Amino acid sequence: MKRLLTTTSLAIVAAFAMSAGAQAVDLTMVSWGGAYTASQQKAYHDPYMAANPDVKIINDDSSAEALAKLRAQVEAGNVTWDLVDMVASDAITACEEGLIEEFDPDVLLAPAPDGTPASKDFFPGSLTPGGTNCYIPQIVYSTTFGYRTDMVGSTAPSTIADVFDLKKYPGKRALEKKPIGNLEWALIADGVPGTKVYEVLATADGVDRAFAKLETIKDSVVWWTKGAQPPQLLADGEVVMASAYNGRLFSAIAEKNQPIGMLWDWQVFDLDGWVIPKGTKNLAAVKKYLMFATDTQRLADQAKFISYGPARQSSAPLVGKHADLGIDMKPHMPTDPNNAKTTLNFDYVWWADNRAEMDERFNAWLAK
Amino acid sequence: MPSRLHNFLKRRKKTLAQTEAIDDGTMRTADGMPLKLALERALFRSRLRAVLLVLPLFAFLVITFVLPIFDMLFRSVEDQVIAEILPRTVVEIEAWDETSGVLPGEAVFEAIVKDMAEGKENKTLGKVARRLNYEISGMASLFRKSGRKAGKIEAPYKEQLLKIDKRWNNLELWKLIKREKGYFTASYFLAAADMEYKPDGGIGMRPENRQIYQHLFVRTLWLSGLITLLCLVLAYPVSYLLATLPLRSGNLLMILVLLPFWTSLLVRTTSWIALLQSQGVINSILVGIGIIDDDSRLQLIHNQFGTIVAMTHILLPFMILPLYSVMKTIPPSYMRAARSLGATPFTAFVRIYMPNTVAGAGAGGILVFILAIGYYITPALVGGRTGTLISNFIASFISGSTQNWGLAAALGMMLLAIVLVFYFLYDKIVGIDNMKLG
Amino acid sequence: MSSLQPYAGKLERTWFYTYRTICAAIFVFLIAPIFVIFPLSFNELPYFTFTPEMLSLDPAGYSTKWYAEFFTEQSWRDAVANSFFIAIFATLMSTTVGTVAALGLSSPAMPFRSAVMAILISPMIVPLIISAAGMFFFYSRIGLASTHLGVILAHAALGTPFVVITVTATLVGFDHSLTRAAASLGSNPTRTFFKVIVPLILPGVISGALFAFITSFDEVVVVLFVGSVEQRTIPWKMFSGIREEIRPTILAVATLLVLISMLLLTMLELLRRRNERLRGLSPG
Repeated sequence: MKRLLTTTSLAIVAAFAMSAGAQAVDLTMVSWGGAYTASQQKAYHDPYMAANPDVKIINDDSSAEALAKLRAQVEAGNVTWDLVDMVASDAITACEEGLIEEFDPDVLLAPAPDGTPASKDFFPGSLTPGGTNCYIPQIVYSTTFGYRTDMVGSTAPSTIADVFDLKKYPGKRALEKKPIGNLEWALIADGVPGTKVYEVLATADGVDRAFAKLETIKDSVVWWTKGAQPPQLLADGEVVMASAYNGRLFSAIAEKNQPIGMLWDWQVFDLDGWVIPKGTKNLAAVKKYLMFATDTQRLADQAKFISYGPARQSSAPLVGKHADLGIDMKPHMPTDPNNAKTTLNFDYVWWADNRAEMDERFNAWLAK
Repeated sequence: MPSRLHNFLKRRKKTLAQTEAIDDGTMRTADGMPLKLALERALFRSRLRAVLLVLPLFAFLVITFVLPIFDMLFRSVEDQVIAEILPRTVVEIEAWDETSGVLPGEAVFEAIVKDMAEGKENKTLGKVARRLNYEISGMASLFRKSGRKAGKIEAPYKEQLLKIDKRWNNLELWKLIKREKGYFTASYFLAAADMEYKPDGGIGMRPENRQIYQHLFVRTLWLSGLITLLCLVLAYPVSYLLATLPLRSGNLLMILVLLPFWTSLLVRTTSWIALLQSQGVINSILVGIGIIDDDSRLQLIHNQFGTIVAMTHILLPFMILPLYSVMKTIPPSYMRAARSLGATPFTAFVRIYMPNTVAGAGAGGILVFILAIGYYITPALVGGRTGTLISNFIASFISGSTQNWGLAAALGMMLLAIVLVFYFLYDKIVGIDNMKLG
Repeated sequence: MSSLQPYAGKLERTWFYTYRTICAAIFVFLIAPIFVIFPLSFNELPYFTFTPEMLSLDPAGYSTKWYAEFFTEQSWRDAVANSFFIAIFATLMSTTVGTVAALGLSSPAMPFRSAVMAILISPMIVPLIISAAGMFFFYSRIGLASTHLGVILAHAALGTPFVVITVTATLVGFDHSLTRAAASLGSNPTRTFFKVIVPLILPGVISGALFAFITSFDEVVVVLFVGSVEQRTIPWKMFSGIREEIRPTILAVATLLVLISMLLLTMLELLRRRNERLRGLSPG
């Protein structure tokens, strides 16, 4: 028995030693996984680790749960993450709840090659979403639709109304399992002009109308929760059309040669970027990394691997060809004029106010 | 040895002397101690020993398992956000009469302006906004907007604040703050029961299009019951076969039950995905042999059907094993006796054999039911929209995009209460001691 | 019903074969899903179904590349290391405290026996999502979240009921006069424990340990909530893999896990036989 006890206590010591880590700095970076993390790995992490052999970057694919886990870590005073990838709306919440660091962008981030300070170089307002000072945007992405070119007949779908048209395009659709985006699209498909969507949603009748439109395709929808799912569902032929992040669709089309086409009508623009958890144990190392990874060249480099637009104005001219395939990336960017004929401006404020109630209604509607 | 013998003799001599000395009629041990006392002491010692042996595990489980569950219970009723972040307001609002139909006075408005300015400074205002927004939509932007300007507001506060945003006019907001100013709240449990506070202060059901959890609990119980029944129907013939076959072949077939039992839950769920998805094995076979058309593949997964099939498969061994162990104890002579008395095989089976297996069916049934109502992984992967259970919602409220820990805790406690009722039944009917594995 | 009597009538014969067919079908339902993944894991293409090449037994339709991916990819290797590290230490912990407690529980003198037993068994009964959620909150508070120690403690707690059940089961037939006999022969309690009690309960301890091991090795809900990327185990990788990109690598891993289960099952079966033999020899 004594021996067993000794072994157990040794195990505890070993476990502590293992979690404490070695001398080199381990930076845990939380991101979205799949093709997106891969593009960050190639554009930022690999070159940075090559230049700084004492740093090891560990990818944690939990951005989808990042806000919840961050709350738990900060509440407990035990922050194990060093840098977290978040969409702008989550970053606003995190910043207002004091979960993440505030900073002066001109101190933290490198100026553009021509000397323009970071605060002037990033897209206007992108560093301060909702009036907060916690956000380091990397990319502009869009949520849009992809469809199976071989499963839609002779005329490809071209409008958002086609997504809701089961007669013209029979088969399953994949939509994200949350009301955000879907309610807006439902209204547009129902004939509401894109610029009036939030006006209509602000009324009880408008919300009913959106749900009624969703109801028409309810039985034909597969609901996804992770960004990697919709391209997979399309590739497997499980669905005919799917809402997805445009970069994920790009990698399925261009890199994996899947028979998928893009439907850019009323794509929803959003920002994705980094936040620094308050209480990270490696603040200095994180700052050093950020100075490198957010400079003009690096942000442009990410666009060599995935079709998201860099958040710096000075990076845009540097966007060139895909690193492996050699194709021109510009026509695949959501911001390309050909793709951005109709775009929806996502209303952070409306959603922050109505998220809880809409989620409840959405879940209740789904469960029935 | 010699010293031991010596000791023994010495003791013996001494006790003999004592017995002679005290002879008051009570029974005594060899030591001269009253027998009753000696027995009590011995019992106490063995009790103490047993308790000391159990204590390490008990303490271990209290720390690693029981306390966490109490922590969660606590979260379902505890809510200090308003009291902590709006400390002045909760003091001042005490004097306001919420039934008066008029807004609180200047003092309350002054207090909330100061609280908001401080909350903005300490980065805590976001928490209040989120908490209040659970109950009244729009509070998030109201507090964000007002909080940003709160530092600059001067008297008269009421007028200034109403100028910034007229939603401060909303009586429901003030009622909400007054109601939730304490350290404990019932609102999470109310929400978990699809109920809410009505404007008149009473409690009532939510609007129909926001009712969901009662429906989910019913669905969870109904699906678990159905899965239990399916397990029983499938387990019964198989267990009977296993119990009546000669030992050797019975043991061999038993492996077919034990292998799934020992195979990872995720492996089995993965197999079902491979089998059931529309490009999966079963659909491909059906298309291949021409039963269905390539365009009309069956939807066997991401719905209730997927959950029922996969969970029945996963839980079936938990039904077979207890049924088998009970059937094993039924002597074959019972059936032979019934037959010799003129019963048909069917009558003999129904009237004689089946009543003897009720205990096994009960044990397996309750066990399967308890395990089924708490399932999370399998419904999450194959359940889709209609096949997910209450556990999936609890998980999404903890770490998903719609985070609400208080509600998750309240739903968890309700689920736990249901499970404990059945656990108690299991203990009464089967006895926890009789739980067997493998 | 175990065999057909020579005097059975026609109806009885029909029923006998129908019954056997039903049983066979149920056994197929039980076992086929486990074996269907074996061939699928050798699929050349990244699909979860049999391709025409596979069905025509064309060697080009088969490949071991998913196994190669599993064995070469760093994140899978980390997951294997984590799974074994966590499961082994969780097993040691739960087996130690569980066995000691079972000895106490089996003593007739144990007060409040059934109430205590009910609490000790509860980790097996309480839905995992509730345990996981409670642990997520509580372990975060005390700094155990996102550590190996936290996951090990959580898994040890989940494993103890199995140890308690199997060890108390072996102690049911335990003849307490054996310890008294040992004592009367001059053995001190420690010696009695190791020389008399341990050999008798050992099969129960080992099978309890195997249960505890597989509980931890297969567990995914708690590790998802309590752990973080540093504690990523095989089931964690499988779960997120299924939710995101379904690749046949998962089928390869699943096949290997089934082989591990077979190994454990064999060990358990040998143990049971040994136990039965030992008990068969002992009087009573």
